[in-house]
Amino acid sequence: MSETVAITIDAAEHHVAPGISVASALLNASVASFRRSRGGDARAPLCGMGVCQECRVTIDGAAHQRACMVTVAEGMRIVTATSAEP
Amino acid sequence: MTQSCDVLVIGGGPAGIAAASRAAEAGARTMVVDEGASPGGQIWRPKLTGHQPSVARQWLARLAASEATVSPRTTVVDLQVSAPRSFIVRAERSGIPTIIGARALVLATGARERFLPFPGWTLPNVFGIGGAQALLKSGTRFDGKRVVIAGTGPLLLPVAASLSAAGAKLLVVAEQSSRARVARFAAGLWNAPATLAQAARYRAGFFGAPYSMNSWVVRAEGDDRLRRVVVRVGTETRTLECDALCTGYGLVPNTELARLLGCVMRGSVVFVDADQSTSTDGVYCAGEPTGVAGVDSAIAEGQVAGLAAAGRASDAAPLRRVVSRRAAHGRGLDRAFALRPEIHTLAASDTIVCRCEDVRLGQLDRGWSARQGKLYTRAGMGPCQGRICGPALECLMGWSADSVRPPVFPARVRTLSSPAKTGDSAETSERNHDAPA
Ligand SMILES: Cc1cc2nc3c(=O)[nH]c(=O)nc-3n(C[C@H](O)[C@H](O)[C@H](O)COP(=O)(O)OP(=O)(O)OC[C@H]3O[C@@H](n4cnc5c(N)ncnc54)[C@H](O)[C@@H]3O)c2cc1C
Ligand code: FES
Repeated sequence: MSETVAITIDAAEHHVAPGISVASALLNASVASFRRSRGGDARAPLCGMGVCQECRVTIDGAAHQRACMVTVAEGMRIVTATSAEP
Repeated sequence: MTQSCDVLVIGGGPAGIAAASRAAEAGARTMVVDEGASPGGQIWRPKLTGHQPSVARQWLARLAASEATVSPRTTVVDLQVSAPRSFIVRAERSGIPTIIGARALVLATGARERFLPFPGWTLPNVFGIGGAQALLKSGTRFDGKRVVIAGTGPLLLPVAASLSAAGAKLLVVAEQSSRARVARFAAGLWNAPATLAQAARYRAGFFGAPYSMNSWVVRAEGDDRLRRVVVRVGTETRTLECDALCTGYGLVPNTELARLLGCVMRGSVVFVDADQSTSTDGVYCAGEPTGVAGVDSAIAEGQVAGLAAAGRASDAAPLRRVVSRRAAHGRGLDRAFALRPEIHTLAASDTIVCRCEDVRLGQLDRGWSARQGKLYTRAGMGPCQGRICGPALECLMGWSADSVRPPVFPARVRTLSSPAKTGDSAETSERNHDAPA
């Protein structure tokens, strides 16, 4: 197994430790806005265990994936609300 | 895909692992499903670094050695009784709809954290206390981060210990309860890694951070993320610049599936008899949904439930004493960490209470029921299905939980439609907010 996994976060390439969650990869990359609330505010993980749904991002084209419940994989493309920012 | 088994265990935490191992060893065709990437639940979920406690290793090995089928990344979204002692369970396995038929169910769905709203609690980098621990385990780095921990219950100290061990700089550990002795004692009983728990118990101010009783977070401030928190420490109000805030007010049992099956509740927990049998024939329940009492209790209850579900309840006799002793301990925890009145008044009228639908406290009327709150404001109707705001509004408004409707987690329409239909086109729309009837 290689030492790092290459993923893209909002079009930027990152090398992260294998086995970590997508939420951890994003937090370690200082992403604050995983999603936007109905009122437009930045939201990010709260519960870390699949319950609150605040960590939802688009993973490999599939919207509304809970980042805290998904493990990073080589070549994974993650799109957060940050990239939709003006 | 359709599968069938004798005993389906829902939830692969300590309770579910014990249940599945015992049921399979007793000869039942057993399957255990869990949302996570591997079994373990809240405390035995594999860590990327560090060692598992030996009891965790033993039970995980026992499960692996048994004939039970383990299905990770599988979320149960709906279930029903199709005939006496015959159940149909709808789930998504890595997003793919799955139907599982079973003759007995063991509900071992664990608990979640209780959050209470305060100004700024929706800012990024405000985490649950157990939430921070879960994120740490899954690879989030806290080294060099300035962290405030504020809330209540036995989670505070073990999480403080693990964050500190991971290199976080703890500014304060604020416990709203006044009972330092009880809090430390309880923290010791919970499964913090033994050495860390000891350190926490023996040092008054541990890891350089004060452990303050009668202390709580008043508000969090920031811009695109958390920048500082205002905490009440004893009689003083302090502003602390920080990178993360961990907050939480105890645990709430996950009882949605039991309530969907019509199981009788006793207050907020699922009512079970000495065999862990619920009021619904063939449905057993173990671990936190029957009352939050910690890991030893979960293991004992899980074993009883697994044996009973496999038709071998008589083998469970020696375990029952452990169950009742631990349950009494759980009730002691509730008393030690009862919420002080100030905590109920932190949210202002413009504070968001339902994070999914951005409903603010001022939009709600105390005279309503939870059902009316949903109807008029959509509070509790977003993707978390009221799991976060429900317990908060129970505290703040006195609203008791509304009835549960499927799906209990956001699910694809295809997962919920009839099993006979095949060849559905890829359906991506979500059905997660049911209109209240
Ligand atoms: C965030 C958090 C942190 C905790 N930290 C500690 C600690 O440090 N020390 C300690 O002693 N205790 C801790 N606890 C208490 C802990 O829950 C118990 O001690 C013990 O883990 C209970 O075991 P359990 O099997 O009942 O539940 P859990 O370990 O919670 O297991 C339940 C499992 O069910 C799964 N599940 C739930 N619903 C579904 C569904 N619909 N479909 C599929 N799977 C589902 C969950 O993903 C989870 O893996 C913590 C609890 C929480 C919530
Ligand atoms: S952080 Fe709550 S669901 Fe992912």
